[in-house]
Amino acid sequence: MSKLTLKTEGDTHVVVTRRFAAPPEAVYRAHMEPKLVQQWMLGPEGWTMPVCINEARPGGKIRYEWTNGKGGGFYLTGEFLELKPYNKIVHVERMHLPDPTPDNHVETTFEPDGPGTLMTMRMTLPDPQTRAAMLATGMERGMEDSYVRLEKMIGNLIPASR
Amino acid sequence: MSGSFNLDASFAAVADPTRRAILAQLAVGEATVMDLAKPFKMTQPAISQHLKVLEEAGLIVGRIDGTRRPRRLAKAGIDAMDQWLAMLRKALERNYDRLDQVLAAMESNKDKERKTR
Repeated sequence: MSKLTLKTEGDTHVVVTRRFAAPPEAVYRAHMEPKLVQQWMLGPEGWTMPVCINEARPGGKIRYEWTNGKGGGFYLTGEFLELKPYNKIVHVERMHLPDPTPDNHVETTFEPDGPGTLMTMRMTLPDPQTRAAMLATGMERGMEDSYVRLEKMIGNLIPASR
Repeated sequence: MSGSFNLDASFAAVADPTRRAILAQLAVGEATVMDLAKPFKMTQPAISQHLKVLEEAGLIVGRIDGTRRPRRLAKAGIDAMDQWLAMLRKALERNYDRLDQVLAAMESNKDKERKTR
């Protein structure tokens, strides 16, 4: 059973929820402390985040840089708007691919859920097209591994005649 | 082998970011070449070319309405979009599975600290 839900809401929102076994304080810290963020916010296998800057105050800067170690990379910048330890993070972010994407406004809340936490991440994009583009970009990354598997599958179907 | 041809065409069609964005736009509702050319900042022939690829891949269908020819998503197109969402979900889930491990490590470090105190 998947603990994650991902759905679009209205024309411009994407809402992600996820439950964690740890209490809100730990989940909040794992989203804010660079040494912890660098251990998990990585995307597909093989990617790392050598740069992780989180200035934990309203107006504070965010900068994450990812690399696949093979010359591929991109980065994200943003600013914190509101921080309410250990319950709420509000920030804006944009991806640089390398041109910056339109601002994504993200409100993340951490509510106690028994001994654990229910995280709700609500993203607001400036317009429906930006949301579609963001989903497509995220999908591209998720699809990378799938394309590799597909290639292997197709490779196996072709007899080794040469 | 028409089945494998369609599979190839579908994968090739959705491998292009502009065509994915066109599909996303058509998911909102029917649109003509003119409707699509404006927001995508592309010429009408360029949009027509993308639409042709999508049509041949069976992802969109058109109908005739006087001089207009609005396109909409075919059922296969909607299914493809659903599949993409599932992929994104999987990529996010991979991150959060790692976060579960980070949280477990934080918890066991706290236990150790407690014991050494």
